[in-house]
Amino acid sequence: MIRRLFLWLDDRLGTAHAVRTALHKAFPDHWSFMLGEINLYAFVVLVATGTFLALFFDPNAAQSPYDGPYRMLAGAHVSHAFASTMALSFEVRGGLLIRQVHHWTALVFVCGIIVHMGRVFFTGAFRKPRELNWVVGVTLCVVGLLAGFTGYSLPDDLLSGIGLRIADSVALSVPLIGTWASFLLLGGPFPTTQMLPRLFVLHVYLVPLTIAALIALHLAILWRQKHSQFPGPGRTERNVAGSPMVPQYAAKSLALFVAVVAVVVALGAFVQINPIWLWGPYEPWRALVPAQPDWYVGWLDGALRLGPPLALHLFGHTVPSPFWPAVLMPLFLFGVILLWPWIEGWITADQAYHQLLDRPRDVPARTAFGVAVLTFAGGLTLAGSGDVQARYLHQSIVVITHFYQVFCLVGPLVAFVVTYAFAGELRRLERHPQVQRVELHRNVEGGYDEDAIA
Amino acid sequence: MNAQNQILVALAVASAGSLGFIAAYALRAGSHYEGLAFAVSAAALSYAAAVWARLLPVERVTDPIESYPSPREERQQSSLELETDLAAVTRYKVLRRWLSVAISLFAVSVVVPLRSLGPAPGRALFGTKWRRGDRIAREDGSLIRVNDMNVDSTLTVFPEHAVGDAQSQAVLIRLPVELTPQTGGYIAYSRLCTHAGCPVALYRASVKQLFCPCHQSAFDVTNDGAVVAGPADHALPRLPIAIGEDGFVHATGDFPEPVGPGFWERG
Ligand code: FES
Repeated sequence: MIRRLFLWLDDRLGTAHAVRTALHKAFPDHWSFMLGEINLYAFVVLVATGTFLALFFDPNAAQSPYDGPYRMLAGAHVSHAFASTMALSFEVRGGLLIRQVHHWTALVFVCGIIVHMGRVFFTGAFRKPRELNWVVGVTLCVVGLLAGFTGYSLPDDLLSGIGLRIADSVALSVPLIGTWASFLLLGGPFPTTQMLPRLFVLHVYLVPLTIAALIALHLAILWRQKHSQFPGPGRTERNVAGSPMVPQYAAKSLALFVAVVAVVVALGAFVQINPIWLWGPYEPWRALVPAQPDWYVGWLDGALRLGPPLALHLFGHTVPSPFWPAVLMPLFLFGVILLWPWIEGWITADQAYHQLLDRPRDVPARTAFGVAVLTFAGGLTLAGSGDVQARYLHQSIVVITHFYQVFCLVGPLVAFVVTYAFAGELRRLERHPQVQRVELHRNVEGGYDEDAIA
Repeated sequence: MNAQNQILVALAVASAGSLGFIAAYALRAGSHYEGLAFAVSAAALSYAAAVWARLLPVERVTDPIESYPSPREERQQSSLELETDLAAVTRYKVLRRWLSVAISLFAVSVVVPLRSLGPAPGRALFGTKWRRGDRIAREDGSLIRVNDMNVDSTLTVFPEHAVGDAQSQAVLIRLPVELTPQTGGYIAYSRLCTHAGCPVALYRASVKQLFCPCHQSAFDVTNDGAVVAGPADHALPRLPIAIGEDGFVHATGDFPEPVGPGFWERG
């Protein structure tokens, strides 16, 4: 049957050779190479669940009294966006599960992208010839954040409205074009009736289309360049060794796919997420205490909290304080990350092809830099929930904020030094005279021979 | 259990899970049961596939990397060709200049329709709906008389003709009368945080500070709304109010400066 199809196709397209090479493509066996796939599969789940949700969701901002089954909100003035999300959660059969799975998968998606980026960064997989795919990947990360934020903003609940208000203020803070950008994006001063329909178009059309295109490009480049690999017997700078795609790798990958599905469905079923009926509909004069964004926005929220209360007044114009932490800092951070392959190449004067990956400890400076960046972002993210911590620690929020201000400035430096030293220590341990590294060989008698490794 | 039996059991569990999901859905059993059955089914499938992968013969393939870079002559040849081809097109200097002009203008005309997306900002952010003489209303539209509030309490208020207007929202506070004797202890501020526009929703009577829950800016009510903590970079605008002869609290004008977060044209 399969064989007939194969031959039928070859008759018409001459694909026998191409399909054969494709099916036998070598996939390295190290587990870390599967991290990126998690995101691919999460994206598949997002498209499937998102399509279902889009069939019921109505981004209309027009208000009417709520008359659904959730009695606590009976009669409250809510937008169609809020009411249709409520209906999805309480009236559409299976709707709550699919909504929660969608939200959880979005969190997994962004998290997976960052972990995958970490793998690529710490092993030096971004070096020549893979700079291009690094750029595509970093872009995917940014667009993934945008996908998350636009989706988070749609249900028109109190949290999403507050998030949008802050995002609009950040847009307003951009010199020269900020006010215009805000008015064009929203169709007027915040809040507008057009903003939800526009976010909806972004979230279900432009952003996912961009992600799909970038994923296609990412995989096409990967396919052309083939995988990188860790050093090992028989592995060189000009080959890649591993299991063939079909059947060995495909079976593993299929297992991963359904495992991702199992995890996000279980999360969606048992761990409540974004219960908008508890927040209530967005009314611009209501606030929620404490208000926490999705985790991947936490670093920006934290940055806004730690930023200096500093506005710049220039020739009768203002650059307000949110500009520094919420526009300049992220631009700089992502700029450095995006250009890292060239920055590192320039520092190390390295122009060679790299098919073999580094162990993080073998390139201590890069590893230390990566850990420093993670420490910085982690500090910002933690600062994003400073008010909650203040409550649990019985501390004043001012103390907590100062702590994180110092942490975000000093922490990365300390992390750099400690990581650098630690990497060196790990390597020294390997070379220690008392630690003998041997290679075992099976001999003809069935026993083992030892060979010392220099 | 050997691998084949493990796979068999896993596939049976997966089938049972799928049936369970269908049943849960049909019976409207709710997201817990639906999700549990579905997740069990997927997890069992995953387990089956993972064991199956181990069952397959171990096979190693090694692919050479040969698709890049192209052979030397090819690179030389084709890059040279490209250059000559382009040169053939672009050697007319004047035309080349006009080509870039035409293309740039074309690109601009493509994005010009984006202008339809919104109105010009104009003075929209510079004022609110407060007018001289507007009586002050609560969220539900009811008006406020001078004896309606206790000392150290606050209310979210709007102009009586624009209740619910996001930009005009203000917080009316009743302080001990000696702090603002002219207005019987009443004082009103914009309720839009000057940092990023969240409602300044919390009031700490003990220190007479308004507090923003978003990034914890604090504003001193007794000192013209000055920032005392947090990332906000300027004071909360104060709404000029008075108590009328009829006993209603009313505004004597709009805020003296733009409310909410800063922006480029604010000055
Ligand atoms: S919006 Fe109030 S402190 Fe940021």
